[in-house]
Amino acid sequence: MLNREEKLPGIKLTIIQYVIVGVLLILIFGLWRLQVVGAENYHALAEANRIRKVPILAPRGKLFDREGRLLVDNYPSVSCFLVREQGHDYMADLPMIARGLNMTVDQIDGILRKYRTAPKYQPLPLKQDITPDEQEFIEAHRDEFPELETVEEQRRLYPKDGFAAHVIGYVGEVSEDMLNNDPKYAYYEPGDVVGKSGVEQSYDALLRGQDGSQDVVVDSHGREVGKLGTEHAVPGKSLKLTIDIDIQRAAENALGDRNGAIVAMDPHTGEVLAMVSRPIFDPNAFAVRIGREEWSKLITDPEHPLLNKAIQAQLAPGSTFKIIMAAAGLEEGVAQDLKVHCPGGASFYGRYFKCWVHSGHGEVEISKGIYQSCDVFFYTLANKLGIEKIAKWAHAFGLGQKTGIDLPNEVAGTMPSEEWKMKNYHQKWYAGETISVGIGQGAVAATPVQMARALAGIASGGTLKRPHVIFPDELPEDYRKAMYDSFPGTGDKTVPMDPASWETITDAMAEVLNPGGTDPSAHLEGIDFAGKTGSAQTMSNALAARLGHSHSVKDNAWFVGFSPRRNPDIVVCILFEAGEHGKLAGRLAARVIEAYVNKQRRLENNLIAKAPAKVDVGAVWDNPSQPKIFGGKQVVDHKGDQAEMWGGHFYLAVPPATASAKVP
Amino acid sequence: MRRFLSFRDFDWTLLGFVMILSIISILEIYSATMHTKFVGFQKMQMLWLLGGLVAMFVFSLIDYHILLDFIHWIYGFCVVSLVAVLAVGTKVLGARRWIKLPGGIHFQPSEWVKLILIVAVARYFVGLAGRELTWKDIFKAMAMVGVPMLLVLKQPDLGTALTYSPILLVGLFLGGIDWRKAGIIILVGLLAVGVVWKSGKVLKPYQKARLTSFMNPDDDPRGTGYQIRQSLIAVGDGGVFGRGATKGTQTQGDFLPIPYTDFIFAAFCEEHGFIGAMVVLLLYFLILMRLIQNAQTAADLPGTLIVMGVVAVLIFQIAVNIGMVIGLMPVTGIPLPLMSYGGSSVLFTFLALGMVMNVRMSRFVN
Repeated sequence: MLNREEKLPGIKLTIIQYVIVGVLLILIFGLWRLQVVGAENYHALAEANRIRKVPILAPRGKLFDREGRLLVDNYPSVSCFLVREQGHDYMADLPMIARGLNMTVDQIDGILRKYRTAPKYQPLPLKQDITPDEQEFIEAHRDEFPELETVEEQRRLYPKDGFAAHVIGYVGEVSEDMLNNDPKYAYYEPGDVVGKSGVEQSYDALLRGQDGSQDVVVDSHGREVGKLGTEHAVPGKSLKLTIDIDIQRAAENALGDRNGAIVAMDPHTGEVLAMVSRPIFDPNAFAVRIGREEWSKLITDPEHPLLNKAIQAQLAPGSTFKIIMAAAGLEEGVAQDLKVHCPGGASFYGRYFKCWVHSGHGEVEISKGIYQSCDVFFYTLANKLGIEKIAKWAHAFGLGQKTGIDLPNEVAGTMPSEEWKMKNYHQKWYAGETISVGIGQGAVAATPVQMARALAGIASGGTLKRPHVIFPDELPEDYRKAMYDSFPGTGDKTVPMDPASWETITDAMAEVLNPGGTDPSAHLEGIDFAGKTGSAQTMSNALAARLGHSHSVKDNAWFVGFSPRRNPDIVVCILFEAGEHGKLAGRLAARVIEAYVNKQRRLENNLIAKAPAKVDVGAVWDNPSQPKIFGGKQVVDHKGDQAEMWGGHFYLAVPPATASAKVP
Repeated sequence: MRRFLSFRDFDWTLLGFVMILSIISILEIYSATMHTKFVGFQKMQMLWLLGGLVAMFVFSLIDYHILLDFIHWIYGFCVVSLVAVLAVGTKVLGARRWIKLPGGIHFQPSEWVKLILIVAVARYFVGLAGRELTWKDIFKAMAMVGVPMLLVLKQPDLGTALTYSPILLVGLFLGGIDWRKAGIIILVGLLAVGVVWKSGKVLKPYQKARLTSFMNPDDDPRGTGYQIRQSLIAVGDGGVFGRGATKGTQTQGDFLPIPYTDFIFAAFCEEHGFIGAMVVLLLYFLILMRLIQNAQTAADLPGTLIVMGVVAVLIFQIAVNIGMVIGLMPVTGIPLPLMSYGGSSVLFTFLALGMVMNVRMSRFVN
């Protein structure tokens, strides 16, 4: 049936043999290329596949006040992650999970959507800083929801109610903008936590320490199957602030809910003892990831709660500027014998300038000019000095330039001069403009820290210090240099002054708080307290009238005071926005000065209370009425300083301050 | 007429090479699955292998001429079974490839179709009695292979469908196609591939992506490109001497996809290096040459055609699978004969070898 005898020509089978040899040679060539030529490269890729660097986060340095009392600590915070293991349908659990974590399903959906391109083995952050209740929920449902995992990490715990918030600042995740555009953050990784304001920002490099890492052997699902070498983390350096909790508390209480700022400083050294700005924000809201609504509320608030007004508000200093005028007048030899009759106003260059006392001060010389704050006297003085001499002395005392304080985003303010006007407006200076400068109006703008430093400098015989919030000797030498270079300002300087003019001014400033002065209500019995009030218009009367604001726009109240009157140990500058009259600010200053002096007296007499008082300075969760022990009592032990954390509340045992703590 | 067959004529040398490869395969399956949920698969493979050996011996006793005589019926049954798979088959990972038989055994007809096609093609070209092939003859041969191919493609199982084509090619080549017609077929074939590719009707997008991603695996590091990339890393990581048995990090860390079936050669290359790969390729070379020798010494043309059909399927699968593992070929899901884990594949190979044995043992008959 079939032709079974026929044979194939042998050549065809030989061809097939050659084809097979050819195919095998091609495969051998391919293997040679990968295994002999490319072996090293592929070996490296295989290693990169299986070894994952897991960061070990360095604990951020703590912050202490000048007496070593804990201000900012870290606390262990628990975050909840969603592990998308194969085999468990987590989508069906979402409504239950959302309820247990006090979230909405929409929120979880949003997270899933955000990370939809992430590899399966990567756990997704569901909620950060979960409460003990939520943690309990996860623990109780381990079997039902194996996809929920908790991870403990260290977070910042700031004092509650925004205590010293503007000095301390806050931390947050480094933004894409910072990574891309700021050379300072060239070595930071996305996801790193960085200081974003205050000391947290300016000393970030010291506080953050150095993250370590561990090489972990993983499989393709990211599951850990072994460990290799460890590079330990170097904890961040803890820093001691120049802030004194007692003075800071007095300043916080003094300003209360009023808008404005307080700076208290030691003029001998430039150490800032207290710094307050209002309105306040809660930095703990940043330690936990801040919600978008909350954030936009903060940055669009017309009162700018994130602004540290002590160094960032540049406003007309009003009559406090008269002290600088007086120093200029006396040093130039113009003011000593100047006698002016004040009828409640005077005309200069064809324009009538009112004195704040409409009935007039009568006969005024320099001393009365200061303690009665007579405008006409200073109009006349300004007219006699001319803008150049005023500007020369104001510049000498640091106006119109940054002080160089070690906090981010300080502003320079404005001190007008002929040159300044030509540069900025391409116009000649008109002599008439000098008159309002004489009472700290017109184009003059200064920050509270500038005014504190300038006036304390005059009271210290012309010695001005660079204000700072961290003790310079706490810092490594090269770091300090780099620090001062990156915060340029006028720094430490000495303005040669005649002792006679210095005496005249400080005596007159002490008189301000006596019955004949502008602010007898701030008088402190038994304390050598000197100061100067100021009320500054926030806009010119003419403009206010045109806008119809004349009643609604209130003057800013200023006060710069110090104690004792000569070579003071403390200077306090108050900016009380819309406070109308400087004497109201003066009373606030008096409370800070009183707290300081009382404390010094107690220290000198060893009258500090023996038992440490417990002060609740930190609260992280909003429901403190239900104290739940969070993983037991957290005791933070630092140099004998005990801090306890109970149910999300953080208690400081404030030790008695010792006499040696204060360097006079 | 009953023929006398002697196991003395059995190709023990060929079986020896096959057993060496099978043992290498079992060891590698053990190594590749030891840290996965497929641990112990080497035992299953050993059972398959035993079954395969028995089937081979039984099959070697069946005169291939009987197969040739009944091939019409068998071919018809095979087309019906493929239609049945499409109709009532079990769906696994989106493809209907299996028929569930009573007793819980899953049966994949498409593997066996290879065997039937080898015999059918041999029978067809022998029937043409050595005359010059006309276009009609060629189209008939194409239709014979094309019908089951399209049915398998419909499952969809691109890889298995492709393994049918070498049977046709070798049949045409040995059946006596002249160069002019061969040239035309190649040209038209290329054109057809182009049209099929562009039309997007026959191939599914994921199949297309699989076919192209081997050229740029980094374009799609999480999809098919991921498999190719991991496979290349595994092979290259082996270097000349290999990482050692059970020490390949790509294989043991589960980076290499399915390291016991389609990518078993990558796993083997990582653990045993270039030298190991050369040993395996040498074994394949010896097996194929031994098969061709059997084809040369076959008693008649159908015997030669059957053995060469087996050779065609084996070299095609070896080339495509190893080519895929080293990044020269697209990912098509074709197992490596005698190495990859899997019952259907093992049984096909050993039944095919059984047929070859029968051809060999029949060589002095007549």
